[in-house]
Amino acid sequence: MDLIDSQLLNIIQKDFPIDSKPFEIIANIMNITEDEVLSRIRKLKKEGIIRRLGGIFDSKKLGYVSTLCAVKVQPQKIEEAAAFINTFNEVTHNYLRDNEFNIWFTLIAYSQERIQEILERIQGKFSDCIIINLPSKNLFKINVNLNVSDE
Amino acid sequence: MLDELDRSIIRQLQEDLPIVRNPYKVLSGHLGISEDEYIKRTKYLAENSFIRRFGAALNHRSLGFSANAMAVWIVPDEKAEDIGKIMASFKEVSHCYQRPAFEGWPYNLFTMIHGKSHDECEKIAELIGEKTGINKYRLIYSTKEFKKTSMKYFVEDNM
Repeated sequence: MDLIDSQLLNIIQKDFPIDSKPFEIIANIMNITEDEVLSRIRKLKKEGIIRRLGGIFDSKKLGYVSTLCAVKVQPQKIEEAAAFINTFNEVTHNYLRDNEFNIWFTLIAYSQERIQEILERIQGKFSDCIIINLPSKNLFKINVNLNVSDE
Repeated sequence: MLDELDRSIIRQLQEDLPIVRNPYKVLSGHLGISEDEYIKRTKYLAENSFIRRFGAALNHRSLGFSANAMAVWIVPDEKAEDIGKIMASFKEVSHCYQRPAFEGWPYNLFTMIHGKSHDECEKIAELIGEKTGINKYRLIYSTKEFKKTSMKYFVEDNM
């Protein structure tokens, strides 16, 4: 990662050009060649610094429903419960956290009924766990880009 | 309303854009439509906020943001709107939501704080606390990642 990589990442994190030759537009902004933009982006993807280049969609606008759920499960059941939760395609993120609610996962599904169904299946399989469903009531900020420093 | 062609475009754009000179030409070719039509529809999706953000998703950890704290706050409901906006204004905060509280779970504002260490996250939380006057909060760290994927819309078994 050098200074040009940092500048490139800051540019392509938001408003990637929707235009016939997007990499040429970026090249012109940065005063480097289109080939250099392409090769640097390929390298950053290969290194895993860029996870994906594409669209991030508004699930609500697409007609989907999302929520955050927390589960309190016995420590010896954590791995088994997490593995079961992961089997649902609607589960996009799932973490172990240092809290009495030890498993936290996000769900995006095509309907509220489907979310209920998934939660009931988890509850059914792990009968003594406690699940709380925390859908957002108000959204103040989401997924804003992090500044890539030039350090 | 989105039609089937829009949904096909969304299915492609939620994957990886080809890193070639004319990526939209390649994608439009797979759908059997013109590049112009593809770009026109993609712009429509972006301008009308179906696409929340179009560009690179970065790996925070490899950029040195190795500590991500979920800070949860107890805020009086009538103040949540104002305080949520203040919390969102911190550049280290990537997400800020108001969520319902439950018996045994009194925390109703959630912020994701990104820092280079736990210490740094704690300092940021203290600053947020000072600025908002909210002193009932906890920082909860993830200790293991079980799953992290991007959502696939309009695919089989999910429509």
